[in-house]
Formats: sequence, C-alpha cells, structure tokens
Amino acid sequence: MKGFFAFVRKEFLHIFRDRRTLLVLIGLPTMLIVLFGFAISTEIRNVNIGICAPERDITVTRLADKIDRSSYFTFKGWFGSDEDIDHAMRKGEIDAALMFSDGFSSSLAGPDGAEISIVTDAVNPNNASMEVMYLTNIIYGYFREDMQESAEGASIVPNLRMLYNPQLKSSYNFVPGIMGLILLLVCALMTSVSIVKEKETGTMEVLLVSPVKPIGIVFAKMIPYFVISCMVLVITLLLTIFVLKVPIEGSFFWMILVSMLYIILSLGIGLLVSSLVKTQIIATLIIGMVFLVPVMMMSGMLYPIESMPYVFQIIAQIIPAKWYIEAIRKIMIEGVPFVFVLKEVGVLLAMTVVIFTAAVKKFNDRIE
Amino acid sequence: MDSIRVKRLKKGYGRGLPPAVDIREGFSVSEGELFGIIGPDGAGKTTLFRLLTTLISPDEGDAVVQGLDIIRDYRKLRTIIGYMPGRFSLYPDLSVRENLDFFASVFGTSIKENYHLIEDIYCRLEPFADRKAGNLSGGMKQKLALCCTLIHSPEVLFLDEPTTGVDPSSRREFWETLARLRRTGMTIVVSTAYMDEANRCDRVAMMRSGRFLKVDTPSDIVAGFDRRLLAVRSDEMFRLLQDLRSMEEVVKCYTFGDTHHVVLKENAACAPDEIGHRLTGKYGHTGVQVREQAATLEDCYMNLDD
Repeated sequence: MKGFFAFVRKEFLHIFRDRRTLLVLIGLPTMLIVLFGFAISTEIRNVNIGICAPERDITVTRLADKIDRSSYFTFKGWFGSDEDIDHAMRKGEIDAALMFSDGFSSSLAGPDGAEISIVTDAVNPNNASMEVMYLTNIIYGYFREDMQESAEGASIVPNLRMLYNPQLKSSYNFVPGIMGLILLLVCALMTSVSIVKEKETGTMEVLLVSPVKPIGIVFAKMIPYFVISCMVLVITLLLTIFVLKVPIEGSFFWMILVSMLYIILSLGIGLLVSSLVKTQIIATLIIGMVFLVPVMMMSGMLYPIESMPYVFQIIAQIIPAKWYIEAIRKIMIEGVPFVFVLKEVGVLLAMTVVIFTAAVKKFNDRIE
Repeated sequence: MDSIRVKRLKKGYGRGLPPAVDIREGFSVSEGELFGIIGPDGAGKTTLFRLLTTLISPDEGDAVVQGLDIIRDYRKLRTIIGYMPGRFSLYPDLSVRENLDFFASVFGTSIKENYHLIEDIYCRLEPFADRKAGNLSGGMKQKLALCCTLIHSPEVLFLDEPTTGVDPSSRREFWETLARLRRTGMTIVVSTAYMDEANRCDRVAMMRSGRFLKVDTPSDIVAGFDRRLLAVRSDEMFRLLQDLRSMEEVVKCYTFGDTHHVVLKENAACAPDEIGHRLTGKYGHTGVQVREQAATLEDCYMNLDD
C-alpha cells in the first residue's frame, strides 16, 4: 500500500512539474466554454431584412417597425419587386426578406386570408431556418396582440412555446457537449499518454520488476487525473452558471455523480488505449481520431443524432459521450428527476464495466 | 549453490527473423558471482536480461533464478531482483532524492533502511540531491540508477550495459562499487561491450547471435587461446592492414589500439623478423615493428569461431 501511495504522489509531482500541460488542462475548458458560449453560436443577431409590400399601410409599417425593434433583425428598407429583393440578396445587403401579397390588409379579414412570404438566404441552412422561425414568431405575435381586437376570431393563431430554453440560447445545448468533450480529453488522453510515456522512456521496465502489482501502477495514474477532472468539472459548471447564466434546473448532486461516472469511464478508455499501443504519438492519435472526433460529430453535441443516416445513428449509440450528454441535458436543462435518466446512466455503467474488464484483461504485466 | 540456472532458453521476435536469444547448452551463475556477458550490439544481451528479469517470457526453455522459475514464479521473483536497463530509466522531472525515495517506497523500504548499500555511491550524489535527474551528467545518472536499483537490497542484480556512455574514471568507480557489492554476497550479472571491464568479472560469457560461444573465467579464456599472435606496426597503418591480410600465413588481421594484431596459421613457422623483412622489402613499408603478442580477452573474442 505504501508503494501505491508513493506512486500517486509521484504522479502528482509529474503533473505539477509540467506546468504548461496543467495550464492547458485547466485553460481548455475555460476557452471552450467562452468560445462556444459567446463566439460560436447558432443564435442569430442583427440579420438584415428587406420588405417588399405593394401597399405600405399602417399594418405593414407597424410590423416592419416591430421587426426592426427586435434584436434579431435590422430593417434595411423597402423594396419594390421580387427582382429588387433578389438583387439585394445577391449583393449581400439583406439576408432575409418579407413579401406581402397584393391588398394585404384588406384581405386579412377576407375568407381566404392574407399572405406573407418569407424569403431567406439559405446558403447557411441553420441560419436560414432560425431566421424563418424567428420571423414567424414575430409575425404571429404581432397579429395576436395587435389584431385580436379588430379581428373577428376567424383566423386560428398557433401558440408556440419553446420549452426549457425559451430564448433558444445555444449554450444550453453546448454546455453538456463541452463537458462530454473535455472530460474525455483530460481523462482518456492524459492517462493513456502518461502510461505510454513510461513504456516509451523505459521506466516501465524498472517498475514492472518491482513488488507493486502492474495494475496498481496504472490505477495510481488514474487517481491524479480523476482529481483534475473533478476540478475541471467544477470550473466548467461555475463558468456555465455564472458566466453563461445557464441555470441548473435539476439535481446538482445527480449531475455531479453522473459526471463522475463518465470520468471513470473515460479513464478506462485511456487505460485500454495505453495497454494496446507503445508510443505516445499513437496513443494521442487514437484518442483524437477514434474518440474525440466522433464525440464532436456524432454525440449530438453539434448535430442532432435523429437527422443522421441510419448507420450513423447506430454508431452514435456506442459513443459514451452521447449518453452522457443526453443525461446531463435532461438533468441540467430539463430538470427531470433522476429516474428519467436511469437508462442513460445504466448504459454508461455497462460501458464502464465492459471497458475496464477489457483494459485489465488486455493489460500486460510483461513488456512484450 | 547456483543463483541462476539456465538449461535452454529461446526467444525470437517475429517470424522469419533468427531468434534473439537461443541458448542451447545451459549455464549457471553461482551465488555471489560477478558474471559478465560480452558481445557486440545485437548479440541478444538485452533480450537475455529481459528474459531473466521476467519482463518477457521465452518461446522455449526455462530458467531458474534464486530457486524461482522465471515463468511460474515471476511475481515473487520480481521482489528479490534488481534490474537496471541500459537506457536511462529514471524520471527526469523528479529530483535525485525524489527518484530514490520513490523507488525505495515502491519496494516497500526506505532510503534509511538500506543506506549502507548505496552509501559510497550516494555520497557523491548528495550535493545534487535537489537537482532534477534529467540535468545530471551521464555518469551521475548511472550512479543514481544504480542507487535506485540497489535500494531494496536485491539478491540478484542485473545490469544491462551500465557503463555505456560513461567516462573512464566513472567507469572505474562503477566497477569498484560492483566489486564491493559482490563481497556482500550479491550475485551480479552485467553485460558490457568493453573488454577491459570483462576482465574484472569472475566469469564471462561471450555472446554472439543469441548464443553463448564460451563461458569461462577471463584467465582461462585467454589461456585457451592456442594460435600465434603478432603485433605489427609501421608508418602506413592502413596500407599495412591490407598487405598483412594478403599474406598467406595470416588467418586474421585487425586493428588493436595503435597496432595491428595478426593471427597466424597453426603450421606457419615464420618468425616475427621474417615478416618484418618481408614488409620492408616486398611491400616497401618503413618503420616496421613486429613482435610476439600475448593474447588478451579481446583477441579471444575476435577469434571466436561461430
């Protein structure tokens, strides 16, 4: 046992001596949170909009004014025809346009209703659909509030509600994803690299010819990274709550517990990789290519899994981060009680057991 | 009693390659012996060490170290042996003391407990106790590595080329330390590429292509050299080498320090002077010196028949 603690102490020394790596480990979550929270966002802001209306009466101008006043859109001017709008869009003056039908106001009360077309520049499909949604919202809102008194209740107005994330903030979506990414990076990458480093420098040879059980050597390596991961988790959560102002709706306790399970799972991945490869560079590449890229692309962090081709949807099921992100979204954003994430936690638990069993089986206490 | 007993041992890496270690006639090392293994790079020395220290398992054959089988009892064996690999295998980012402390704790002991074993080496390192191991000189690193290997008082010590890349005076000190350790009854197996070091061993094994060609005491190996040996020099050493090799009495000729050593055929009855005359006359060498030479360990090594 004394030998084991000596190991843990040595690992901490390694980590604290290597200040730069430590700085990266702590700085990375901060950077990612700030990046995803502020810079990279799918929210739209200040979209230039043009309006084409044959008659500029009070209904139309008030709507244009309402659109201009929202922080999402900037009203650029009136356009006379389809061609003008097309021209302005090509020149990049406007990104979206509203086109009112002939006799808009008068046909509002008519049996066929009135028509508004929303035209958007769909070069960036995400932005286009966001613009459409926001515009629709504003228009519905306008007619509900302003027209209800005058209308005879003829038109049915849909009532839209965005649950759990009423402002459609993208950080709600990203925070669990970033946590899934960083924890994997810190645990899996750092553990595997630090184990493989001992193989590469030849210290493993000396350590193996010692009374310490080889599996103890690697478990001793996990403890410091577990501690650092927990620190990273705390930092991420603090930034999330106080900087991004994303509220934790559900149980804080269960969120931490699920995160710890995910940390242990990631440590297991690191151990498994380290027992399969011999050099640090290969360990880094494997973690990067085999684990990190799928987490980014296929865990539902950036793109919804449901809209992927069927094959990818199946692959997504075996990505641990997918289950972790789902569980954290449910607890953190939706605020559901723990029983609703039992499935996700169960899957994570099963994966942990499988990976650790494989890693320990595969771990060689000789050097061949 | 035998500390190490090997009957047969074979280990190869990959198909198509000749085995790295292929010991057919067994050998043994008795307790308290300083046993040297000499051989060129690629002879299989490191593989043999890794086999005996249980780091790799043999393809065929087995060996017993301190009565423990290297395959079956490897767990137990690892607690009583000390192994110092050829490469520098300490933590460069830890200080001298931290390294030593760590290895002591790993073996469940402390620096204090076995300080007597490392005292004469460690006292030289003590002024640098807080220096990072990575900033030590080559000789210092080897001393620290030896300290870390010795700190748990192993029964058998395996040293793989401990003096490669170490300056001559540190090498001398290193071997004096080994001699002192040997007197405490520790069995020491050491490999080296330096023939002068091999002379300090109780017995040496000459290894080539994974096999032991000869195992004997250095003096018996030298005594067993049954060819006539001449040391030759002239003003044109390089041409001399070519010319000597073209002579029909010569079996082998190689550079040895500032002379060429010439091995003569068994029935060649020519005197040193005769060779000297021929070199001056027929080949036109100047400043020719030829004399009879007693064989050294290196000569024996160079003339081993495969």
